[in-house]
Amino acid sequence: IMCASAKYNTRGPALIPRMKTKHRIYYITLFSIVLLGLIATGMFQFWPHSIESSSDWTVEKRSVHDVPVVKLPADSPIPERGDLSCRMHTCFDVYRCGFNPKNKIKVYIYSLKKYVDEYGTLVSNTISREYNELLTAISDSEFYTDDVNRACLFVPSIDVLNQNALRIKETAQALAQLSRWDRGTNHLLFNMLPGGPPDYNTALDVPRDRALLAGGGFSTWTYRQGYDVSIPVYSPLSGEVDLPERGPGPRRYFILSSQMALHPEYHLELEALQAENGESVLILDKCTNLSEGVPAVRKRCYKNQVFDYPQVLQESTFCVVLRGARLGQAVLSDVLQAGCVPVIIADSYILPFSEVLDWKRASVVIPEEKMPEMYSILQSIPQRQIEEMQRQARWFWEAYFRSMKAIALATLQIINDRIYPYAAISYEEWNDPPAVKWSSVSNPLFLPLIPPQSQGFTAVVLTYDRVESLFRVITEVSKVPSLSKLLVVWNNQNKNPPEDSLWPKIRVPLKVVRTAENKLSNRFFPYDEIETEAVLAIDDDIIMLTSDELQFGYEVWREFPDRLVGYPGRLHLWDHEMNKWKYESEWTNEVSMVLTGAAFYHKYFNYLYTYKMPGDIKNWVDAHMNCEDIAMNFLVANVTGKSVIKVTPRKKFKCPECTAIDGLSLDQTHMVERSECINKFASVFGTMPLKVVEHRADPVLYKDDFPEKLKSFPNIGSL
Amino acid sequence: MQTRKKYIFLTFLASWLLLFLFGGDQLRRFAFFSGRRAEARRSWPRWTDRSLLKSFATPEELQRDGDPSLPSPRERRAARLSAHRSSRCRMETCFDLSRCERHGFKVFTYPQERGQPVSETYGKILRSIERSRYHTPRPEEACLFVLGIDTLDRDRLSGHYVRNVDEKIRGFPLWNGGRNHLIFNLYSGTWPGYGGELGFDVGHAMLAKASFDSRSFRPGFDVSIPLFPKEHPQRGGDRGWLHQHSVPPKKKYLLVFKGKRYLTGIGSGTRNALHHIHNGKDIVSLTTCKHGKDWEKHKDTRCDKDNVDYERFDYQELLHNSTFCIVPRGRRLGSFRFLEALQAACIPVLLSDGWELPFAEAIDWGKAAVVGSERLLLQIPSAVRCIHPERVLAFQQQTQFLWDAYFSSVDKIVHTTLEIIKDRLSPHRSRSRFLWNALPGGLLVLPDFSTHLGDFPFYYLQHGYSPSKKFTAFIRAVSQAGSLSQPILRLIQAVSGSQYCAQIVVLWSCEKPPPPSGKWPQSSVPLTIIQGRRKLSERFFPFGAIQTDAVLSLDEDTSLSTSEVDFAFSVWRSFPERIVGFPTQSHFWDAERGRWGSTSKWTNELSIVLTAAAFYHRYYHSLFTEYLPAGLRELVDGLAACEDILMNVLVAAVTKLPPIKVTQRKQHKEGVAQRAEAGGTDGSRRSSQRQDCLTQLADWFGYMPLVSSRLRLDPVLFKDQVSVLRKKYPSLEK
Repeated sequence: IMCASAKYNTRGPALIPRMKTKHRIYYITLFSIVLLGLIATGMFQFWPHSIESSSDWTVEKRSVHDVPVVKLPADSPIPERGDLSCRMHTCFDVYRCGFNPKNKIKVYIYSLKKYVDEYGTLVSNTISREYNELLTAISDSEFYTDDVNRACLFVPSIDVLNQNALRIKETAQALAQLSRWDRGTNHLLFNMLPGGPPDYNTALDVPRDRALLAGGGFSTWTYRQGYDVSIPVYSPLSGEVDLPERGPGPRRYFILSSQMALHPEYHLELEALQAENGESVLILDKCTNLSEGVPAVRKRCYKNQVFDYPQVLQESTFCVVLRGARLGQAVLSDVLQAGCVPVIIADSYILPFSEVLDWKRASVVIPEEKMPEMYSILQSIPQRQIEEMQRQARWFWEAYFRSMKAIALATLQIINDRIYPYAAISYEEWNDPPAVKWSSVSNPLFLPLIPPQSQGFTAVVLTYDRVESLFRVITEVSKVPSLSKLLVVWNNQNKNPPEDSLWPKIRVPLKVVRTAENKLSNRFFPYDEIETEAVLAIDDDIIMLTSDELQFGYEVWREFPDRLVGYPGRLHLWDHEMNKWKYESEWTNEVSMVLTGAAFYHKYFNYLYTYKMPGDIKNWVDAHMNCEDIAMNFLVANVTGKSVIKVTPRKKFKCPECTAIDGLSLDQTHMVERSECINKFASVFGTMPLKVVEHRADPVLYKDDFPEKLKSFPNIGSL
Repeated sequence: MQTRKKYIFLTFLASWLLLFLFGGDQLRRFAFFSGRRAEARRSWPRWTDRSLLKSFATPEELQRDGDPSLPSPRERRAARLSAHRSSRCRMETCFDLSRCERHGFKVFTYPQERGQPVSETYGKILRSIERSRYHTPRPEEACLFVLGIDTLDRDRLSGHYVRNVDEKIRGFPLWNGGRNHLIFNLYSGTWPGYGGELGFDVGHAMLAKASFDSRSFRPGFDVSIPLFPKEHPQRGGDRGWLHQHSVPPKKKYLLVFKGKRYLTGIGSGTRNALHHIHNGKDIVSLTTCKHGKDWEKHKDTRCDKDNVDYERFDYQELLHNSTFCIVPRGRRLGSFRFLEALQAACIPVLLSDGWELPFAEAIDWGKAAVVGSERLLLQIPSAVRCIHPERVLAFQQQTQFLWDAYFSSVDKIVHTTLEIIKDRLSPHRSRSRFLWNALPGGLLVLPDFSTHLGDFPFYYLQHGYSPSKKFTAFIRAVSQAGSLSQPILRLIQAVSGSQYCAQIVVLWSCEKPPPPSGKWPQSSVPLTIIQGRRKLSERFFPFGAIQTDAVLSLDEDTSLSTSEVDFAFSVWRSFPERIVGFPTQSHFWDAERGRWGSTSKWTNELSIVLTAAAFYHRYYHSLFTEYLPAGLRELVDGLAACEDILMNVLVAAVTKLPPIKVTQRKQHKEGVAQRAEAGGTDGSRRSSQRQDCLTQLADWFGYMPLVSSRLRLDPVLFKDQVSVLRKKYPSLEK
């Protein structure tokens, strides 16, 4: 029975058939009743409430047309005009942002309302597609808060992207009645098309008092530097047309102008350029006789030739972006998307995000007066730079132009950087395209300094139990004049280090650090006891280096403080048969690594090794008890982009590769292991950072016919 | 059993139903729905009809915002030029670009008026301009004008205040409403408001002014300069105080301030609050009210205690031993302590709201200073504590770089001002922000040479470029014989044997014309002959014929083998910003005679690599010819064997690093030594001229830029006991 019941239990569905028919009907009825009850409850609980509290939470099924209507009385207050002298410290209430560990501002969005005037006429379109996308992006971002009391920045849902689509006075009144308006303090408005005929102001004409303006088309006279944010004019083509990135290089045309309805005077100037330089200049205009159904905005014509827009932009190296009635032009976005280098001819225009973007790397700005010289100016730009500008242009579009989300987030980040300047995003993060970020190095010790000789170096000896050999190393190293301290890292937990009285008596302080675990990475720990910049890592069996050699090594390190400076050199090679990296310890003409059994380096790299080693390399090394030196070589080369310096001639090191046991077979497996390390590290780093060089450093007079006693480092290279 | 199950089941269902009927609402609010609810409430609604929303502008509106009825661009520009008030000046409205077209960027300084001596500081500024390569004595050539009247101190209560400036200026025929003029100013306004007023009408002149308020600053037109003391050196300048990269980059104190406390008046808001952050441990913020004549009149309860504390700490000691230094506003926005902190590698924490930071048009201060807000003083301690040590290390280094590149002397401050203005004149030939903020700094990078980073020797690593794989051999021939000597033939042969040699350029600096092309040896690489003008400095002229980044500079009598050239080139590719070469010299301070000396005797050190056989980047030709003032080149032309010292000094001043010596074959070394000895009296004259040269160069630069090295680079297996067959450069050992 036990077995049977167990069987039944495992076969669940058999439960009902097992019952009697009478019971079955009973159960089914009961279930139906319960189910109906549940549905009814659900309807009762959820449905009516969702209508009641629609503005509250279940808004997913709502239309823009259902938003509440607000009537603005004719005499409701109008904000002051924008104050040109506003700066963050005068018009912005920074206390609202507070100090927070994340260094992120909190942004609140007012809920959407429909504004009508006294007669019930709409003040503006409720919301445009783009502004809705922008607000959605903000609300999905880390900056967003729904708590109006915690907000630092307020974004009205009143859409002012296009000044022509709104009524100025009434919009201003609508702004003024926002619940936290307070003269517009900490309010941010987004506007892309400012001004209107006839004088086309370069900033939004809606009176807005102290509100910040993210505007597309500022001139230097309306832009309040450090307060407003200059943004692009979004081009809806960005979302509609997919232009695959084209590799940089020369294109069919040199200069292209694609804007329609240019001022005739500009047109004449462009035509003059074309007359002078022929086919390499292409000036497109609107098409006059297009067949019906073809959208005019997607075509451009030159004489009878018809071109697809914006695809044609990819055919040119440079694309002209001339000012129209407004300074900001949507064509800039199309041009960048096409990877065409924009030639911006709009005096006094504040380029989008100019506070953080370095436009000199992605565009050419030419004063209007110099338009006739445009061709020669552009020709003077080196080809390699043009290619970089093409890449840069495309990258700017991808990062900051391609969607309303990109525009919104860049704007908020700029404001965030002003409020938390010590946590601001750096120039490189804003401007370097991912490819450059990958291939470039930023050396953490970039300032060229030759450290003072007087501070000396700290020798760090990693030891396990070879006390005798250790004492010899200590005695030898202590003879080096620039040694300032000796640190013994005692890696044996089972045995105590020898008593104080047994240690060799030396002229500098000697400290013993006991470790908690026998790990190789203990050698590279940034011990507080290391008070000098220079560290000499030395194994407890390296007794063959002379005092002159060590002192000279230190002097070389002083000239190259950001490199590994060491004695035994090694090389990595690409094994074409196996298609992978190979470790080489033979007598080669090149080096790419130095063993840390005897090497000088900056203490900073101890920090990097201990806290910033990529991937699992550190644990991997500790687990395998091997390759800590290769890991260090990778780390330093990767962060500095520089080669190691091998010093002094090759010596017979007492088999530095094999730690304790001798034998050929071990040597072989050792080499295989070391090769594996290189391959493993190269894959973790995602690149091969090691640099191969053909030189080593010797004293100036090494092996010269010169009296030995007059040489600073005579005892070099003795075996 | 069955019925019991049934009842349990029923009870369960019933209670479930009840729970839902009565408690459902609460349940929904607090239990597992709450998360979703908060989520839903938070975000901006997803409108059902969002895809139907209209675009903010029609495509037509976006693509055709032209209006032909508008005034023509030309008219608009003309109107702009005439109508603009000086307070809204921009380059395109108030500056006459056409003046700079014919002669380029030239600066004219007005002669000083008799009986109207200028202050020491203004004298230095004028001298700096006169020392720059942009100076012209002819006003008709000038693009920029600088007044001879001292306008530095415009505080009416000051002794240096010059009266009736307006009248004087109006008398200048060149004034032209201030157009194309640059006015320097350090102190503006006076007690009690210390506003920006200068006490005369600057018209359309540009201002290079300290303590600029961002609201009166005309962006892209004015230049904000730092406040510097009257002892600030004319040239050279002291080095920064950071001599080593200590890690962790912590010093004894975290944050310090020591200075005046204002009890009343402008700036007192901040200065009066600074003592609040003092904790006596790692934050030391000391203020005193003991300043001015009648301090006791305004004295408050803190004063006496403060004054006692104040005396306990030494300002210099704090500066040396702190990681961060508070740089608050004084009565004016800028203060001396800004440059002091910068030099001391004490990261400035700025508390000066609205201060347009010095050279902010070029310098990215976010990399070297913490720009705080006066209103958030109390957050400063926690904010700086949160800055990661790695960033602190980077900050410290950047302060030193900026100090040394733009601020350490009056020359640098003035030249930076001029370069910023020059960059505006042709935006397409100007420095990107990156160039200003990376070593070696904007002054040493000439946009006229190239605007592409890869063409300079400094940025290979930052941008993932690599130096060129070929070099140009550049041989200077000076021998008086009309025919080709044996050494030069051998040299051409050795050099052209290198697989890395792209071309050979011969600079023919002899009286007699060069032999016809048929007489030159046939080689696999192209050979170009340039007819020289027989000036010593000419060897570093940026000849267009040099097509590669790497230049191997040679004298006609240099003897080198192909493998020496190959090895040296491989070394240069590792150090493209330095001079890499064979024969060397070292400099030393001759204390007895109180001047610099140099020796070519075999020493354990080196600081000069002779350009008779050296690799370097061709950009140094441009720096030598375009960056150095003409006077230095004339000096070099007049002295024997000075041009290569100047080149070494220049490269050392740019890189702050020693040159690199590579190993040379023994017989070649002996050749050099013999020639040096053979000189005899001629040799001693040369050597004394070299001393003169070094001393004069050190004087011009204001310090001795040369740096010594104690190493030489050899091939990896050089003189090792292995088979010659294994060695790549065996012939170097002969």
